[in-house]
Amino acid sequence: MTMIRVENLKKSFGPIEVLKDISTVIEEKEVVCVIGPSGSGKSTFLRCMNRLEDITGGHVYIEGTDITDPKVDINKVRQDVGMVFQQFNLFPHKSVLENITLAPMKLKKSDKKGITEKAYALLDKVGLREKANAYPGELSGGQKQRVAIARALAMDPKIMLFDEPTSALDPEMVGDVLDVMKQLAIEGMTMVIVTHEMGFAREVGDRVMFIDGGFIVEENIPAELFGNPQHDRTKAFLSKVL
Amino acid sequence: MDTVINALPFLMDGLKVTLYIFVIAIILGFIIGLIVALFRLAPIKILNWIAKIFVDAIRGTPFIVQLFFIYFGLNSLGFFSMDNTTAGIVTVAINAGAYFSEIIRAGIQSIDKGQTEAARSLGLNATQNMRYIILPQAFRRMLPTITNQAIISLKDTSLLSVIGIADLTQEGRIQASQTFEAFTIYLTLGVIYFIIIYLLSMLASFVERKFVLR
Repeated sequence: MTMIRVENLKKSFGPIEVLKDISTVIEEKEVVCVIGPSGSGKSTFLRCMNRLEDITGGHVYIEGTDITDPKVDINKVRQDVGMVFQQFNLFPHKSVLENITLAPMKLKKSDKKGITEKAYALLDKVGLREKANAYPGELSGGQKQRVAIARALAMDPKIMLFDEPTSALDPEMVGDVLDVMKQLAIEGMTMVIVTHEMGFAREVGDRVMFIDGGFIVEENIPAELFGNPQHDRTKAFLSKVL
Repeated sequence: MDTVINALPFLMDGLKVTLYIFVIAIILGFIIGLIVALFRLAPIKILNWIAKIFVDAIRGTPFIVQLFFIYFGLNSLGFFSMDNTTAGIVTVAINAGAYFSEIIRAGIQSIDKGQTEAARSLGLNATQNMRYIILPQAFRRMLPTITNQAIISLKDTSLLSVIGIADLTQEGRIQASQTFEAFTIYLTLGVIYFIIIYLLSMLASFVERKFVLR
């Protein structure tokens, strides 16, 4: 089943055209890693998937719903599309548990107790049950990011978007976060991950997408894209980062 | 000393009026400030303009002129008649509201954009984001500035004596002229204002300690 369909997506910031013409299809349970030089538009591409950026042209379909249609209830669509940010963006005035339960409490009809139980289960999953009553300010970067993942999962999303989830972390914290993401991938979550972790992309990605200059230059299975890149720009980029 | 003791019951009556006006006006002012701040930040041009004109008009004119305009000016139109206490409350509320709105706007804008993005990405709508994520954080940051403006507004209420409201200052003036002990009475008046404002600051720093640190 197709989860995300992108057709001729264009995005401009004022006179600057960041995404020029992007089309792709992401299937259920697929893990797509997006790589590319900084300023290539890969984060913007990701942020168009849940319309955090207004879309300038083209169409983005999430489970068949065209989110570029102004009549679409975008808040409803976003409940199915979890997002994890480079800077975590935890709510500093809420405890870890409240960070996770806030959105489900406000948006889901289910009972309060069930939501709290689910939050604890998610904290177990990311290995942070003992931090339930801590505040974000008391956590390390890696812990914050794992809470952020749990927070996104609490809405039972069908798709998870990751925007450079490990770029702001100390090196020794990166592994814990990648492990959680790897586990999610194994469980069959549909994931789009903008990342600089080439090793992770190669290991966990079903497909790697190389974006540069507002276009998808090349996309392929990791072994092919990393082992046998077709375009000069891909080769040039990989030679710098590998 | 006798002068002070004899004057004190009258001054306390005045203090009650001052506090009554202050409390109502500051609550109204806060509501006005919040609404104007949201107007100012709304993605609707006309609301932005209304908010901006309101704030500029209040900031650009003296308090006493606003008071005269509302009490004498509006009453002279003959559509309604406002007593002086109401006019006083309305003036202090509107005046404080304009300044509060700028404080609240700055507070809201000081919250990192990522907070809104995180909230919206979870499916919260703009109102839920404002209510549960942005405003609670913004208020913690604003508290010291809000307190400051509340203190200024409390002191502004002393100007209401010029339209005959029997507030603390007005009672002081009466006592001063009746006793011919202007020095003692006005010194007492100052001490009373000082104590009230000191208590208000203490209350504010208590609230701050309780909520801001985290």
